[in-house]
Amino acid sequence: MTERAVTIPINGEGRQLLIPENRTLLEVLREDLEMTGTKHGCDLGECGACTVLLDGLPVLSCLVLAREVDGRSVTTVEGLAGDAGPDELQTAFAELGAAQCGYCTPGMLLSARALLDENPAPTTGEVREALAGNLCRCTGYVKIIDAVRLAASRSPE
Amino acid sequence: MTETPFSVIGRRLPRLDAVDQTTGRIRYADDLTLPGMLVGRQLASTHAHALITSIDTSRAEALEGVRAVLTGADLPITYGILPISQDENVFAVDRVRYVGEPVAGVAAVDRETAERALDLIDVQYEPLDEVVTLDQAFDDDRPLIHGEGFGKNVHRSAALEFGDVEEGFASADHIREDIFSFGGTTHAALETHAALASYGTDGRLTLRSSTQIPHYLHRALEKVLEMPPERIRVIATPVGGGFGGKTDPFSHEIAAAKLSMVTGQPVKITLTREEVFYTHRGRHPVLMWLKTGFRSDGRITALHFTTFLDGGAYGSYGIATLYYTGALQTSTYRIPNYRFEGVRVFTNKPPCGAKRGNGTPQPRFALECHLDKAAHDLGIDPVAIRLRNVVKPFSMTVNHLRITSCALTECIERVIEASGFSGKYGQLPEGRGVGFAIGAYMSGAGLPIYWNDMPQSEVEVTVDDSGHVTVRSMATDIGQGSTSMLGGIVAECLGLEPDDLTMVTADTDLTPIDLGSYSSRVTFMAGNAALEAGVRVRSRVVAAVADELGVNPGDLVARGGRIELADEPGSGTTWSEAVRCTVAATGRPLIESGSYRPPELAGPYRGSGVGISPAYSYSACVVEIDCDRDTGMVKVEQVWLAHDVGKALNPMLVEGQIEGGVYMGLSEALFEEHAFRGGLHRGPSLLDYKMPTTLEMPPVECIIVESDDPEGPFGAKEVGQGPLLPVIPAVANAIHDALGVRIDETPFTPDKIVAGLVDLSRGGTGRVGPKAVPDFKFPPLTRVEPPEGFDAR
Repeated sequence: MTERAVTIPINGEGRQLLIPENRTLLEVLREDLEMTGTKHGCDLGECGACTVLLDGLPVLSCLVLAREVDGRSVTTVEGLAGDAGPDELQTAFAELGAAQCGYCTPGMLLSARALLDENPAPTTGEVREALAGNLCRCTGYVKIIDAVRLAASRSPE
Repeated sequence: MTETPFSVIGRRLPRLDAVDQTTGRIRYADDLTLPGMLVGRQLASTHAHALITSIDTSRAEALEGVRAVLTGADLPITYGILPISQDENVFAVDRVRYVGEPVAGVAAVDRETAERALDLIDVQYEPLDEVVTLDQAFDDDRPLIHGEGFGKNVHRSAALEFGDVEEGFASADHIREDIFSFGGTTHAALETHAALASYGTDGRLTLRSSTQIPHYLHRALEKVLEMPPERIRVIATPVGGGFGGKTDPFSHEIAAAKLSMVTGQPVKITLTREEVFYTHRGRHPVLMWLKTGFRSDGRITALHFTTFLDGGAYGSYGIATLYYTGALQTSTYRIPNYRFEGVRVFTNKPPCGAKRGNGTPQPRFALECHLDKAAHDLGIDPVAIRLRNVVKPFSMTVNHLRITSCALTECIERVIEASGFSGKYGQLPEGRGVGFAIGAYMSGAGLPIYWNDMPQSEVEVTVDDSGHVTVRSMATDIGQGSTSMLGGIVAECLGLEPDDLTMVTADTDLTPIDLGSYSSRVTFMAGNAALEAGVRVRSRVVAAVADELGVNPGDLVARGGRIELADEPGSGTTWSEAVRCTVAATGRPLIESGSYRPPELAGPYRGSGVGISPAYSYSACVVEIDCDRDTGMVKVEQVWLAHDVGKALNPMLVEGQIEGGVYMGLSEALFEEHAFRGGLHRGPSLLDYKMPTTLEMPPVECIIVESDDPEGPFGAKEVGQGPLLPVIPAVANAIHDALGVRIDETPFTPDKIVAGLVDLSRGGTGRVGPKAVPDFKFPPLTRVEPPEGFDAR
């Protein structure tokens, strides 16, 4: 397999990598960089567990070839918290019990982050719409939706 | 806010691992790596039923980067979760019994090499006739799946009678019979199973696995690997969703261990999503026939319940599941005369096992729809017919279940009121409807899976000289929050905050026994053990401080990080000072333990070990739906669920379990189908296996009812499984209220609803469902006298 040199800014830090052409962004994150916060649930784009932000928009990292993201910025759950502390979403998810087993949580957080970046005050319907690609088997989504709404209500805007 | 004597119990506290969960720091099994780690993969059978005539692994072994290849011959010892069903091999020996069954395993330097090696293993099969359906399983001319020759593929059958059912029917004013079918479903936890094994130069094996049952897995490893138990350490990693799907010892776990032993390097096997569907152990498909006698006022005089379980290829929990399909009908309704007949068959499909509610959602669906129909027959309100039959608190059932706390009536009354059921039932516009149902579940199985006299749960509390508290328990957190529950109980006892404590859990080397996260046993059993340990630590500290201060120990409390006089906040001494004082006074470390063993509850008959529990939880549910007449699509508008949890130790986590149970109930009612075409799975992926997204999930109103169980820790009972049970029949009953059709077969998909409507329009009954049950001769009935003092009137 041919390898290719790429530079991917991940959570604000440029990472230089030599990767096979067929390597997915999920494999690069979890296996090459040992950033295991991003989860895999199906490796086929069905469950949303591997959601990360690519240039601020949610993508399924199991379906994205790493070679395609050369030079584009990637945000994972490890990069959600800023210097000022945890993201409002992280705080709200923890506070309301929106994570049970926690396996879908990183993907949920990033889909929700993308939503709030674009729409700081979403309706419940808009939250449901934005998270429809992220499966959860534990919570029935109830506290997840509540947590996104709570985080939105606390955001500075 | 009401006054509470507690400082931690009853508070809405975040999970202890909430920050790790929301920052990506929590490490599930597949997140772990070790230096020199190899990747393990398994070769899956491509046949549903075939003899293995040869396996040639030489080309795989010759591939560069391959470190080991194993087949059935390398691991000949059988295993299984139940001592009476030791029928599995790590890799198939001589014969495969379902598509996807592991046939061989490899360990290689990376995944690509391991997968290439699988392609190079040459397996020759001689296909046998498949046995896929119930009818085929009862066919005398099909090959036996276990054993030689031909005949019925019956795994186990049971026939029990309590009281006198014929007499009960004779005294009835109305008798009703129905047939129902519950389709197979699977857990589909978001985390696929993973196991990381490491065999050291010291001859010790460590296995980290996403398992709900580290103790039983430890025993299976001991048996199959023929290793002394003290040389095996099992660590259950945080489980990314269980629901019963990780409660068996699995091929990939033992395979990873053996591959590590052979290669001397760590080996990790992570199942693919497709492999998880084949690993299965999900809900048994069950066909049910039942007949009930009623008095004209709705009181039940007798119940005859018959179940036919399609078990798949292996035993797993199946014998227990079989008995569970007959055990808990009496836990909600006073049934004076009861007959249960059931049979489980083997088929060439992935093995069924335990999924949330193991063996009880199927009969609960049948019974609750059947009662709705009977209420119509008798002209009685569906709520009234239930209230007329509910069990009494602190009573015995005819099949020897001991009922203690029971707030079923309150659950019913509160859910009916909150939902406005009485003003809606039969009165909503066409297409809209409400349905009602109830359920009950055990707070832990009364007996361990293998016979032993030891406690089911032990907890150890160690306090160091600085006052720092460490809690040790093998209880396994599968997302239900067991670690937070244990921390909360010990913190309450010691007057500390839960996050002051260090929790060490689910590690067979470091923690005392807990049998695992199954049968909703952990809060009741490990919780009681934690309470006992916590109280013992507190008693020692209080005694020492009382002595030091010259006060009566009865006047001191542990509160807010102090041991102080109850009526004088701020008096006494700090916790850490108190601990130092205790250790100095007694001259021995501050370590205490607690344990829990359920009371002896089994009745006087074979099979009575299934269904007994130290306490039962109760649920009542109302579902409101909107159904499209043209497409048959059901939209769930809202669900109300009242649950008697005894005492909500942490109401936020209790609500989470109720909401999750409602979700999974709706999912099984309307979406999930673990379906097959012949021996082939119809869609082993999360796209083909349908489940609700955020768009399909309705609002849920949780009503927590507290009956304060006398034996539960702080009065608590279970909540993990019970709330699912009434949801499925409540949906079915709502569909009937909305459209007049009866869908007696799960899931209630649009095609079935449209078929019911078509039947109605042609003058039929609008019923869709199975019409007959197999003609199977059950064994002679075992007749069991009702318990002493049972009131048969």
